Amino acid sequence: MNHGVTMRDIVVKLGCEVMAGSEHLDNPVAFGYSSDLLSDVMAKVGLGDVWVTVQTHENIIAVGSITGVSGIIIAGGAAPLPPTVRRANEEGIPLLVTVKPSFEVIGILYHMGIKGRSEK
Amino acid sequence: MYLEYRVDGGDFQASGQAAAGIKRTLRQIGIDAEVARRAAIVTYEAEMNIAIHAYLGTISIEILPERIIIQADDEGPGIADIPAAMQVGYSTATEDIREMGFGAGLGLPNMRRYSDEFEIESQVGVGTSVRAVIILPAKEGN
Repeated sequence: MNHGVTMRDIVVKLGCEVMAGSEHLDNPVAFGYSSDLLSDVMAKVGLGDVWVTVQTHENIIAVGSITGVSGIIIAGGAAPLPPTVRRANEEGIPLLVTVKPSFEVIGILYHMGIKGRSEK
Repeated sequence: MYLEYRVDGGDFQASGQAAAGIKRTLRQIGIDAEVARRAAIVTYEAEMNIAIHAYLGTISIEILPERIIIQADDEGPGIADIPAAMQVGYSTATEDIREMGFGAGLGLPNMRRYSDEFEIESQVGVGTSVRAVIILPAKEGN
């Protein structure tokens, strides 16, 4: 993890919308993870990671908060539900939304130097 | 220290509150971040199991100098086949629940994986009790 990428760098690169947690965009990113199964994310995502998902309900913020992610990217263009945005602001978790599908988002993150945790 | 949370079946909005509470409390009293994370994962899975499957439940968390005991008791349908329920990928959750990203058959396996001791008892038509223990690392100088 010496790529030095922050959530703000990701916002700029993806050209995506920040729905919540904009005051925490300087969060450094450790590794990346992508899954839409919450228990899988709970078990695999690590402290400071960026998480890419298509889920939009507020439980993603609970998972993100408990695991201590740097930020959550909702891929595929679906808008987060209002309680999700509210809870992300309460927990101070950057919540990004992009129309790009997960595959493309992950590819862009990878090109930025963000790797998976198993590659460390 | 003792914490107790009530979890209502079907209440996915409140889910995660016990897990967030235990993580915050453990960090406040200086418990190692990785241990706090494990306790939060076990608690979160317990909360979700009650929200998904049961009618009503309680989660009680006892923090002792050398261990954390997480106890989840619910009134619900119970589990007919516990060995099957402990297998990764086995789930009886409905399609609606699965679409939310729950019910992937990882909950109980995650709870066992992240705890040092794990016990589950269930009676069909009555409810389920799960007890998970996380051993705290010995403090320096002890």
